[in-house]
Order: sequence, then structure tokens, then C-alpha cells
Amino acid sequence: MAVTAKTLNETEFFYGHKACAGCGGSLAVRIALKVLGENAIAVLPAGCMSAVGFNFPQLCFGNNAIISTFAGTASMLTGVQAGLKAQGITDFQAVGFAGDGGTADIGIQALSGAIDRNDDILYICYDNEAYMNTGIQKSSLTPFGAKTTTTPAGKNIHGNIRPKKNMFEIVAAHGIPYAATASVGYLNDFMKKVEKAKSIKGTKYIHILAPCPTGWGIKTDETVEIAKEVVDCGLWYLAEYENGQFHLNYQPKEFSDIEKYLKKQARFKHLTDDDIEIIKKSRDEKWEYINQNFK
Amino acid sequence: MKPFLREKIPVNFEDVPDTTSFEAGYLVTKNAGWRNVKPVIDTSKCIGCLNCYLYCPDGVIFKKDGKVAIDYDFCKGCGICKKVCKIKAIELEAEK
Repeated sequence: MAVTAKTLNETEFFYGHKACAGCGGSLAVRIALKVLGENAIAVLPAGCMSAVGFNFPQLCFGNNAIISTFAGTASMLTGVQAGLKAQGITDFQAVGFAGDGGTADIGIQALSGAIDRNDDILYICYDNEAYMNTGIQKSSLTPFGAKTTTTPAGKNIHGNIRPKKNMFEIVAAHGIPYAATASVGYLNDFMKKVEKAKSIKGTKYIHILAPCPTGWGIKTDETVEIAKEVVDCGLWYLAEYENGQFHLNYQPKEFSDIEKYLKKQARFKHLTDDDIEIIKKSRDEKWEYINQNFK
Repeated sequence: MKPFLREKIPVNFEDVPDTTSFEAGYLVTKNAGWRNVKPVIDTSKCIGCLNCYLYCPDGVIFKKDGKVAIDYDFCKGCGICKKVCKIKAIELEAEK
């Protein structure tokens, strides 16, 4: 039976941390650790979650946790699981929590290597769509049109000119045993995926969209709502990759209003009708591809 | 083990280990001062659906007597619990 709020481990493993109020990333880490339990060994590269979790002597992880180099999340995970296995320890799960920058830009080489070796690790990318920890700089997972400190919105250029990198399918293209996308707006779906990943041997990757009130320009209480809305309007999707097949987990009957989703956020406030048309068009193309290739 | 508030705060060199590791879940400060508003649960309305417990980014809502309660030492007052409560049993009160 799938784990729910009622059956979830009551112990908190990520507590007293210094993340901003309403942080989506800390919610993803908290829930993943509750599903994995006390034998999870967390590896965190430079990023929000290590910055808010390890402020010595305030140490907010209740399980074993370690900070890695920025680029080396996956290689440290490899080392953790190899070291424990060498000591004869088998009851553990090495889990990495890296942000979008630490995954799709800086850590992609180490991640690709770990998938290639098929090391028994779980890699979770909490995607808040920019380098939030250092002051909201664009990453390759920042969506088109978003205003960041390195992609300002001016008269001629309206924020980020490049689309969001397709990290989920890049990972799947390695022929990984298990990969999935999730959103902090749909935690039951996320918990199911973490539980499933735990039971699979080999490299697992989960990409969870985690809104950042500070960087996105939303109210602290809107995190969960906006994480639901991004799925409902079709700009993010809940899917899995397993045994060489893509599966769509949730098909919105009808997409909710994209403009409404965008205009709620300060980072998209400047977008013109033409910009929104471009976003709509790329969404429709994406979904045409999904409907053709995902089961 | 849930991380919990300690009485002893390492201040001197002899309190600090000479390796780069330290005890897990060692909390020395609260987060209560961050709050502008304070969520208050109306336990007569609460049906114990646990939605607020699930969606709290700080994990400060815990199960109590078939319902829920809040650890105000670490609540930051983000207000997500109020938004996800389907029966509207949570209200936000201004901190004085």
C-alpha cells in the first residue's frame, strides 16, 4: 500500500532549518526523508538545503547527512554506498538532494557518470528554477521569460530568452532503471515515487518542482497552490520512466489558464501577450510529444 | 530521532570536535522570531485529515489525540497550513 499522511513515519528528519518561510525545497527534502526513514544517508552539495540545514552548531538533519562539493553530489553518493557496502552494511539508502543548478548545470557530469555505472543511489533534484541560494541567478532550468538577477526584464529583452532544459528526459536517455518527475503540490504522488525508488536497485532520479516564494515573487502561503497550478496549466507534468518506457501519471482534463499562473508571480509580471503566446505554443508542442510518446 | 533544542551551546574550542563531523539533529536556536502571523488550530473543527501536517515545510505540525498541534518554537508563520486546510479550521493571528 502506498504511503500516505496517515502511515508516514512520524519522526521529523529535517527540523529547525533556516529556510525561508514557505520554502518548497525544504518541503521536498522533509517528505523524502520521512519516506526513506532513519537509514537514509543524505548528501547535499552547495545550495539552499545545505545552507539552511548546516549552520553549526544548528544541525537540522536527524539522520546522517554530509555536504559535498558543488559538482560532486552523485560521485559522493557513489562513495557513500561503496564505503558502506565494503563495511558489510546493507540496510541504508544513499540519497542526494541537489538544486536545479547543482543538477542540470554544475553536477550533470557526476550524475551522468553515476547513472552510467548504475550505482545504487537515489538522486533527488529539487527544482526551484534558479540559483536561489546565491541571489536568484538563471540556471539552465529557469523557464523562458523568467526574470532573474542575471536575466533582467528590460524594454528589449523580457527575462530569460532560453527554454527550460529537459533534464528528466536527458536522465532517462541514459537508460536509467527509474526516473520520475514530481511537484510539491502533489505530495502523495511524490511519496509514492520515493517509495518505489527505494525498492529499485540501481540509480534512481526524481525531479521535483519546488517553488521558491523569495525567487518567484509569490506569497509564502502560495507555494503549494502554485506547485499544483504549474501542473494543472501544463507547464510541468507528472511522469515516470521505467523499463525503457515513459508513463504519464496525471493528465489534466483541461489546462488551467497559463496567464493566470504566470501573472501571479513577480518574475513573470513583465511578460507581454506575445511572450505568453510563445509559452503557450511551447506547452502545446510539449504535450503533443507527451501524448505521442508517453503511455 | 527528531532534531531537538539543546541546553548546551558549543562556544569554546573544547566543546567543538576536532573533526568535521558533529552530532545529528543538534538545535540551539528557535525560529519563532521569524513569524509575523501565528496559525491557530480550532480543534473543535479539526477532523485530523493531516493535510497541514503533510504540507508544512518545517514539519512543525504533529499528530495529537487524533488531531494536530503546532510546535510554535519552530513555526515560521508561512500560512501554508491555512491554505491546505479543506475545512478551514486554521486561522492566522497577528503576532504582537
